[in-house]
Amino acid sequence: MSSSREAIFARLRDANPKVKTMETIAYQPWVSNETEVLKTRFIDGLSASHAEVLTTNRHALNETLKTLIIEKQFARIAIGTGGDLHSEIVKAISLVQITHPLNILQFDVDFAQCKSQLFNDIDAGITHCRVGIADTGTLVLWPDNTEPRTLSLIPPAHIALIKRSTIVSNFAELMVTEAWQNKMPTNIVLVSGPSKTADIQQTLAYGAHGPSQLVVILIEDM
Amino acid sequence: MSQSDSNSLNNGVHIQPLAPEHFHQQAKAALADPQLRQNFRGAMDYLKDKRKLAFSDVAEEKHIRNLSEAIRQRCLSKLPDLLEQLESNCINNGIQVHWAEDAIQANQIIADIAQRHNAKEIIKGKSMVSEEIELNHEMAKLGINCLESDMGEYIVQLDGDKPSHIIMPAIHKNKQEVSDTFAAHLDNFTPTIDVDELIQTGRSRLRQKFQDADIGLSGVNFAVAETGTLCLVENEGNGRMCTTVPDVHIAITGIEKVVEFLTDVPPLYSALTRSATGQAITTYFNMITSPRREGELDGPQEVHLVLLDNGRTQAFQDEEMRKTLQCIRCGACMNHCPVYTRIGGHAYGTVYPGPIGKIISPHMMGLEKTKDLVTASSLCGACGEVCPVKIPIPEMLQRLRNEAKNPATAAHPEIKGQASAASKTEMLAMKSFAYAATHPAIYHLGSWSATKVRGLIPSKLGAWTQCRSAPKPASKTLHQLLKASHKKDQS
Amino acid sequence: MRIYPAKPSKVYFYATCLVDMFDPQAGLDAITLLEQQGIEVIFVEKQTCCGQPAYSSGYDKQAKQVAQSQIDLFPENWPVVVLSGSCGGMMHHHYRRLFKGDSNQAMVDTFCDRVFELTEFLVNVCRASLIDQGDKSVVVMHTSCAARREMNVHLTATQLLEQLDNVEIREQAYESECCGFGGTFAVRHPDISQSMVEDKTQHLCATEATELVSADWGCLLNINGALEYQNKALRGVHLASFLLARTGGQ
Repeated sequence: MSSSREAIFARLRDANPKVKTMETIAYQPWVSNETEVLKTRFIDGLSASHAEVLTTNRHALNETLKTLIIEKQFARIAIGTGGDLHSEIVKAISLVQITHPLNILQFDVDFAQCKSQLFNDIDAGITHCRVGIADTGTLVLWPDNTEPRTLSLIPPAHIALIKRSTIVSNFAELMVTEAWQNKMPTNIVLVSGPSKTADIQQTLAYGAHGPSQLVVILIEDM
Repeated sequence: MSQSDSNSLNNGVHIQPLAPEHFHQQAKAALADPQLRQNFRGAMDYLKDKRKLAFSDVAEEKHIRNLSEAIRQRCLSKLPDLLEQLESNCINNGIQVHWAEDAIQANQIIADIAQRHNAKEIIKGKSMVSEEIELNHEMAKLGINCLESDMGEYIVQLDGDKPSHIIMPAIHKNKQEVSDTFAAHLDNFTPTIDVDELIQTGRSRLRQKFQDADIGLSGVNFAVAETGTLCLVENEGNGRMCTTVPDVHIAITGIEKVVEFLTDVPPLYSALTRSATGQAITTYFNMITSPRREGELDGPQEVHLVLLDNGRTQAFQDEEMRKTLQCIRCGACMNHCPVYTRIGGHAYGTVYPGPIGKIISPHMMGLEKTKDLVTASSLCGACGEVCPVKIPIPEMLQRLRNEAKNPATAAHPEIKGQASAASKTEMLAMKSFAYAATHPAIYHLGSWSATKVRGLIPSKLGAWTQCRSAPKPASKTLHQLLKASHKKDQS
Repeated sequence: MRIYPAKPSKVYFYATCLVDMFDPQAGLDAITLLEQQGIEVIFVEKQTCCGQPAYSSGYDKQAKQVAQSQIDLFPENWPVVVLSGSCGGMMHHHYRRLFKGDSNQAMVDTFCDRVFELTEFLVNVCRASLIDQGDKSVVVMHTSCAARREMNVHLTATQLLEQLDNVEIREQAYESECCGFGGTFAVRHPDISQSMVEDKTQHLCATEATELVSADWGCLLNINGALEYQNKALRGVHLASFLLARTGGQ
């Protein structure tokens, strides 16, 4: 409907608004240079949003993950095919499998082929996080070929791995320092807790449509 | 408005289909429903408290509102250019862009996409613009089923009802009423007022629907011109589901939602969530820049963006009323409005209720239909005080009242329904008032007369005295008293 | 925030049409309060109404005629002290909008800059200090929406009350909520207005305060009318009268 387009633009151009220049008001959300302060705020924010945060280090990661999977009685887990910590994830799984039966869905096929399984037969999905935002206790997910979008969305639990060194102060600073405008991927998702809703009588309930559990494993790497 | 089955207020009083033309009756019916009033008062108190906590630092609140206003004004001042930039960046990213002047065109665009894919099921994330075009109703005529997946919208849809709040659609119902709704419409549902159980019911019923839907439809909170990115704000995850699981994603939004830079997003997002629900951030912030790219294993194969005018260009053409388009749809104006708090969202008979509804609906539907809405405000200013982008809502109401009463002038183009509330008797009364007020001798004769006939003023003055005693003038006016006391008079 | 001038020797007094007709004593009392501050009060007899009834009903043209006639009455560069936040808001705030883009916009803006609400003027310009001579009393105050949101003076009336040692101030629930007056709103939408004033009177009475004060006669007309209709004992008085009575009268 190009005629609609032209009619809309004709009306907009006709108004000929006086163009306003960039505002001089600076936006300074919460910020800190202290790594301990960043970490504390990050954990506090996520915890307040009902996420569980476990702290570990790279060396102990597979043990932490293993214990988590066993304690939560996750028996069916979806994982990606790559990422910096992929080998630790694989190792943790093999550790679990020594003592516990564990079905693994490796997300290496088209979504159509694993959709039903993801929806119906998976307890948890494991993904990396690109960055953490301390201000609001937020994970930044940057899904790609190796960790598709639905891995963190469809399973009822999401286990998110994040390295402490990636935590930044706030969202605004993050997109500026990483110059996001030059490299937007198909999808970026900011996650700040498990899925929730207050749509019924303002009563907070978790697990609306996304994962009802969010477990964040914070890896000390500094 | 819709001819759909939604033709009653929540109190069960059946009147005509909800429409702004019937505002007086609808408001009266709502006021007479104590449960409804209690539900709204409770909800509004909750949301007001949450917002207050989120802006506990008053200086910061002021700062972020000033900035948000400035960003929205800048983006609107460049709107045509930004829309072109958005369009070209979206196309480069593989997003198909469509333009609709009105609801009919928007529905046609969506119907065409659906029919091309032979789609029968559309799963929807929350979108007020889709309400604006009555998408569900129009698609149903074509045999296409639209299913709401936002919990509040789902509850409302089950009842053939409409959202009564733009952020919390089912706010007019309490948990017992939600249980009743589920019991009436869902098989194998055991009534409960446990909110977790109610939500789990919604979740489990909708889970299969996400898998089966041919198309996912969503709104847009911010469309970023410089990158061609669509941003969605939500807590439930249904928005992510709708935009990720089905093969086709259609996003629909008003043309005013565009922002210039990615860096415009964080402050507006923060202002939005804090104002709407008092959250520092929502659970999910979803940034979509393209359909599934080469090598990616999930996400929609097609993404469409439908940009709707539907009266927005009318508001845009007037410098003062353009501010209406600054709105980021947080709903804070409703939460703080003493009128909305008492009558709820349905009484307005418009898609957007409350203060923002009163100033945007006239552009969408015309003043002839909405003239009673623009007067339904005491101009108390509570809305303008909390608006995160500082829309001077009371001033917009004043302006629309003037447009409803008077013909267009050379300075301002005619708007839909211009002068539709014009009244010769009222105009005569106002002219007489102005004449008297600019001719003190006559004016004071009037005041003097009022004091003389004070005993004769009827105790029934219609609307005023339905809950108040008639006002009684003093025995002498101040003017008379001052003359008598020889106070200095410089007239 | 507004920047306030030094205390002047003369002010214009704007009584407002409602005070003129319904509570002239409040006008006299306000003048006395200003005179007690050592200020000469000029009452221009030709003053009528600020034009708000036309403005809020959608008759900008007529409102503007009235506004212009009022502005012309106050030519000297003296403050114009208004006995109502609502009329003050009209003259300080909305006159600017009415004349925006007109050839005399600058002149109007200068006038608007000179407009002050009474309590704002007493506190921020006069730095008034009051000595309570009354008996112990429990008071609840209603602040008009215009005073609160257009004039930003909701704190000044409280500051004056707080200076009175024997006065206990009670705060009503939903203190900042509108009483439902809104000029023609009350008669155009009587049912909504009724629900608002009924809530307001209920919240005011629930404080069990024995006295009700407000610095706006519009609200008082509404609230007192409802209180009388409900056969409640409580009645609102204008803050100016209350303050003068507490500090020893004339």
